[in-house]
Order: sequence, then structure tokens, then C-alpha cells
Amino acid sequence: MSDKIEKKGREEIISTRGITLNMGPQHPSCHGVLHLILDLQGERVMKVEPDIGYLHRGTEKIAENLFYPQFVPYTDRLDYLSGMSNNLAYVQAVEKLLAIEIPERAKYIRVIAAELSRLSGHLLGVGAWSADVGAMTVLLYAFREREMILDLFEMLCGARMTYSYLRVGGVRYDATEEFKERCREFCRVFPGRVDEYERLLTGNRIWLKRNRGIGIISADDAINLGLGGPNLRGSGVRYDIRKDEPYLVYDRLDFEVPLGTVGDCFDRYVVRLGEMRQSVRIIEQCLRDMPEGPFVVDMPEIVPPPKQTIYNNMEALIHHFKYVSDSFKVPEGEVYSAIESPKGELGVYIVSDGTEKPYRLKIRVPTFMNLQSIDHMSRGGYFADVVAVVSSLDPVMGECDK
Amino acid sequence: MALQDKDSILVKRFQERFAPSILETTVFRGEVTHLIKKESLLDICSFLRSEKDLKMDYLSDVMGVDYHPRAPRFEVLYQIYSTTNKLRLRLKIRLEDGETVPSVTGHWKSANFSEREVYDMFGIVFEGHPDLKRIYMPHDWEGFPLRKDYPLKGYKDRYNPYGEEKE
Amino acid sequence: MVAEKKTHEGVAQFTTLESIFEVMRDNPIMDLVRENPVTRHVVNWGRASSLWPMSFCLACCAIEMICAACSRYDLDRMGSIFRVSPRQADVMIVAGTMTKKIAPTVKILFDQMPEPRWVIAQGGCASAGGPYNTYAVVQGADLVVPVDVYVPGCPPRPEALLFGFLQLQEKIKREQPLLLKKRGLSE
Ligand code: SF4
Repeated sequence: MSDKIEKKGREEIISTRGITLNMGPQHPSCHGVLHLILDLQGERVMKVEPDIGYLHRGTEKIAENLFYPQFVPYTDRLDYLSGMSNNLAYVQAVEKLLAIEIPERAKYIRVIAAELSRLSGHLLGVGAWSADVGAMTVLLYAFREREMILDLFEMLCGARMTYSYLRVGGVRYDATEEFKERCREFCRVFPGRVDEYERLLTGNRIWLKRNRGIGIISADDAINLGLGGPNLRGSGVRYDIRKDEPYLVYDRLDFEVPLGTVGDCFDRYVVRLGEMRQSVRIIEQCLRDMPEGPFVVDMPEIVPPPKQTIYNNMEALIHHFKYVSDSFKVPEGEVYSAIESPKGELGVYIVSDGTEKPYRLKIRVPTFMNLQSIDHMSRGGYFADVVAVVSSLDPVMGECDK
Repeated sequence: MALQDKDSILVKRFQERFAPSILETTVFRGEVTHLIKKESLLDICSFLRSEKDLKMDYLSDVMGVDYHPRAPRFEVLYQIYSTTNKLRLRLKIRLEDGETVPSVTGHWKSANFSEREVYDMFGIVFEGHPDLKRIYMPHDWEGFPLRKDYPLKGYKDRYNPYGEEKE
Repeated sequence: MVAEKKTHEGVAQFTTLESIFEVMRDNPIMDLVRENPVTRHVVNWGRASSLWPMSFCLACCAIEMICAACSRYDLDRMGSIFRVSPRQADVMIVAGTMTKKIAPTVKILFDQMPEPRWVIAQGGCASAGGPYNTYAVVQGADLVVPVDVYVPGCPPRPEALLFGFLQLQEKIKREQPLLLKKRGLSE
């Protein structure tokens, strides 16, 4: 890159020419198919322009053509690291439109599911991040725990990644005693595992060098740029929908919102680890407080009969057939309902025209908004730091591109 | 915040201040939506940002809706939140095909991507946007996919043999 | 191109793949080697036991691919080590939804891989469009690159991907490696 080297007294001045570098869409540290267009002056980054849309699959258009319950599986595939949170955002919006209250037990199960999926999302986020900046070990450790969580999900609903477990009006299957027992066991071992990551990373000099003081964003800028979730809280903004507009049973649970101070990559890492610990606390409380009772609402038009009765009972079979072929009608109106997903505010906006299908469904995805601040964070820094900044935002392209 | 407070701030105060430019106010499932005139959008946004009781500093999203056969064809919605006062509000403007909207990127930087998304999906042009171009679809894409008259399966090409025939 | 018979001497003519084929095709020793089951077996065994896939993540299925490579399933024990560069890779795993925007990139990456190369389509999306029959999605990776093994599922479990690898090994073991048949798109 160096054009010429001038000798001026004793110091050398190397003048460079700016270049434009394409990073991605196939790049090992681009978390899928993110494409960054970088303007470089030597090693310095002058401008970063994220180019997204390589995974745009038309989810919103699909939603307009499907019945309300049929769309649940597509939400799994948005933020595929934490499918349960997506399920939750969607079914909660539909329930708000229908104005139904789900049973207590279902609420607790939903919280457990959402927090477990937050853990699985953060684990992969931190693991991939450390692999990107050169600490491969943590990725392997994080996957050890992630497999434990996936096993729990498999006990709950039979799937590892794409659950479709939450349904409008409750959850699909009950949480068994065995699941609760395994979950308790997981909660016992997991904090120790988080300590392990901390020992591997927090005091690690390479990790500190690569992350501390890198990608700083102030609280005001973070809010203005629409940053969300752990990234926003890393800058010290206390914005957590679980606390501010409590949904499900979060107002009854005792947990803290970890905050950062400076807003650099390291703070975002600290917040993520803190959130993992808090999630374990939440799950423990839910397991303790979960009441007995039904796990779906008693509304036959919204919830089909259980599978066992469909096989053995003619009326149930007819009911199920009607449910699948006609679905249910939803009152006219428009709602926006947001939850705190592992990446930030995940909102679903539904316009209903009173039929069985949404007229328009818009998903407000946190990653999409988070990516806007890459430019702000990495401008003026070194090229190598862009990798740390991207990983610290923990982008999931399936969610970003919809 | 109690519901009455919310009501008085988000509905009453707002209506007093901007009576002529609010066309309709709906409260549905506890969510306040103001349908406003396009011309007063920027004024209202400045007011929302600066007013002490509101301090709406977080723009969640800009969204578009296409009501195809209806007369003002499009709606653009702004989902705004206040991180200090924990208030949520939705602004809505209606416009015809071909009309432009003033961009709110001057008020909230986060509108940048969202407005580009609305442009990409609906073809609504935002005036004053710093860099208005397609965001999801390739730059040479034809048509605006989320419009109601665009087929779900798209048009037939070498990558999608199941698409519809283009007339 | 059917070239007129030339005598090949020296190294200089081994500049293109085409010329190497040419030389080997003409050489009578190659016939012996080609017919020999032992050489065939040895070459195939070597190829099948060190399949290096390219780590190329497209969508949800890629997470299961990473799971397969990580702690529990450990793809490495089968000689499959993920490489980040297409130049070092033998297998491309199309893991996830291929959209129309990414399709040209996938084709470029496939072209950058050296022969011999194979493609595994992981998941419903890569096999046939999966749940996304929309305006933005390529209806199957085989419209872009030639696929050897399809692994169905949404997403396929890591075991399924491992089975896909085993199937690919079976396939490779039955190949005629020294036939020097050019693989690739027929265009
Ligand atoms: S097959 Fe399913 S899991 Fe795999 S990429 Fe497609 S939607 Fe995602």
C-alpha cells in the first residue's frame, strides 16, 4: 500500500493511498453472510458500510399468506440461535390482538424456555467471538454447555433448533418432572461453567488487548443509533423490556440488569456473562414457583385438542381438521408487542383485518438496528478491530435479513 | 407509569398542542396511535424529542403498510419509545403512490436503515435521507416485493422455476 | 478441444489443467495405472478419508454444521477439518438458504475450489428451497452448483450431516479417480 517513503530528517513518513476492501459475504468472522465494505487508509478504518440482505428470505411476505398459527415455525428461523424468544415475540403479539390471558403454568414454562434460549444465544455469541479473536478453546467449551441446553429443549419439545414450541394460547407440551429435574441439575452446574469462561477470558491479556477500549460508543449515541439489548446496556443505558414493560411473570422474578460503563467491546462481553448468570437465577426461580395446572388456554377455537384424543376420538379429529383448514379469526386492529430477545428489542407489529391471516406483519429485528452502529464504533480504529466490533454486536444474519 | 398519566401525556397534551395536524387518534390494547398530516411530521418529531415529559429518544422502527386498492395507498408508521419515561407511541402518516415523505434521520440516526428498508420493500421515497438505496434486495432488482400486487413467489427466472410468468 | 497429437517433453507445457490431462491421456503407462484396482483403491481411500470442508455459513443449518464440528459430535475425527479458504477445501457444504443475492458468490466460491471437489446440500433449503418458496430464494442449490449428497431436514441433526459425509465417502470410493473426467457444470 505504501506509495513512497520520504526521508525527512530522521523520521520516515510513509504516505499511503486509501483502498476499499470487501469483507464478506464469505468470511469466517462475518457470522454468516454479512458483507462489510471498508474504506481504509493504511491500517486505519475510515468508513464501514454494512451491506446486508444476503439472507433475505421474504418472511414478512410469507406471513401475509399464512394463517396465524402456521407462521410460528417461520419465526424459529429468524434468530436461529434462540428460537424460543422469536416464538414468544410472535405468539405474544397474536395473543395481545386476541386479548387472551394464558394460564400461569404456561407463563412459567415460557419464561424458562426464553431464558434457556437466551443462554444458548449468548453462549454461541461469546464462543464465536472468542474464536474470531483467536481463543478457539472457549468456543469448544461453550458448545459443551450449548449441547446441554439443546438436550433440555429436546426433552421439552423434541427439536434441537427449530422448536415451534410456543403456540398461540400456551405451549405445545407440558414440562415434565424429568425435564424440571434435568433443568435444576443444569442450573447447578452452569454458573461454574461461566466461571470457567471468565478464567479463560476476563484476565487474558490477548482478550483484553483485543477488546478493551475498542469500539467505544457513548450512551447517547447508542440510543440515537437504536442499539439494543446487551450492546445498549454495555454503554450503561438501563433499558430492558423485561424490567420496563414486564411481560409474562418477569415482574415477580428477582433478577438484576447488568450494566457496563464505558461502552467498549469488553463491557459488552461483561454484560453478556452477567446476563447468563441472571438467566440461571430466573430459571431457578421459575422452577421453584411453577404452579400445577393447564398449560394451554381453554378455548377450543384457538387450541386444537391433544394429539392422543385426535387418534381416538371422532369429534376431536373433526375439530382438529377444522382448526388446521380454517384456523381462527382475529379481531381487527393493529398491535405492536416487543420482548427482550438475546439481541435486543424484538418487536412484532401486526395489522389484522379481521380474517384468519395477518394483513401485514412487520418484525422489528434487533440485529438489523445494531448493525447500523458498526460504522460509528470502528471508524478511526484499526482494521483488525472491526472483527472484534462485529463479533461484540453478536449479529445473526437470519434475523437481520428476515 | 399509571395508565392515566400515559393517557394525559400521550393523548391529551398531544392533541392540545397539535390539534390541527392530528387527523385521528386511536387507543387499541393500550397502544396510542396518532394519524398525523405529513407536513407536520418533522415538527412533531422535534417536539417528541425535546419535551421534558416525553423525551422520546429511541426510534424502534419505521414501518410501511400497503393497502392496495384503498385510496391513500400507503401508510408509514413510526414506532417511538422513551428510554427515560418508558412511553411508547406510534405515529402514522398516509400517502399516495409516488408521494415522498420527509426523512427523520435528522432526529434519530437509527431511521437510516429502517427508511431504506421501507424504500426497498415499498418504493416510498424519503426526502433528505443521506443514502437512500436498496438494502435487502440486489441493487438491480425490479419491483418492490412487499407491495400487495407483487407475487409471493416472485417472477420466473433461472433461480426460481416456480415463479409466476411476467407479462 | 481435441488436439492434434503432439509429443510432450519437458515441464513447460504443464501450464494448464487441460495440458496435463492431455499428456496423461496419451501416456500408455496411464492406462496401466488406470486399470489397476490397487491404485484406484489407494487414491480413493486417500481422497475419502481426508475430506476438508469449507466453512461457509449461510443460515440456520450452518449452526448445526458448527455443532457437528464442535465438542460433542467432533467431525475432525473423521478427517474432516474445516478450512476457511476455498482453495484448501474439497467439499462445499451448502448450509442453509441460498438467496438470489448470494447465489453468484456461491458459484464463485465453487469455481475457486480445486478439483476434485464435492458438494453437500444440507437442509431443506439447500436441497429444494425448503419452507421458503418466495421471490428471494433459490429453489435448490443444484440450480447453482452440482450437488453430490443431499441431507434432508430442517435443520438436519449433526448425526445426519455425519451420515451425509459417510455417504459421500462411499460415493468417492466408487469413483474412477484416474479417468480424469472433468467434473463440474456441463455448461
Ligand atoms: S433447511 Fe431449515 S434450518 Fe436449514 S437453512 Fe433452511 S430453514 Fe434454516
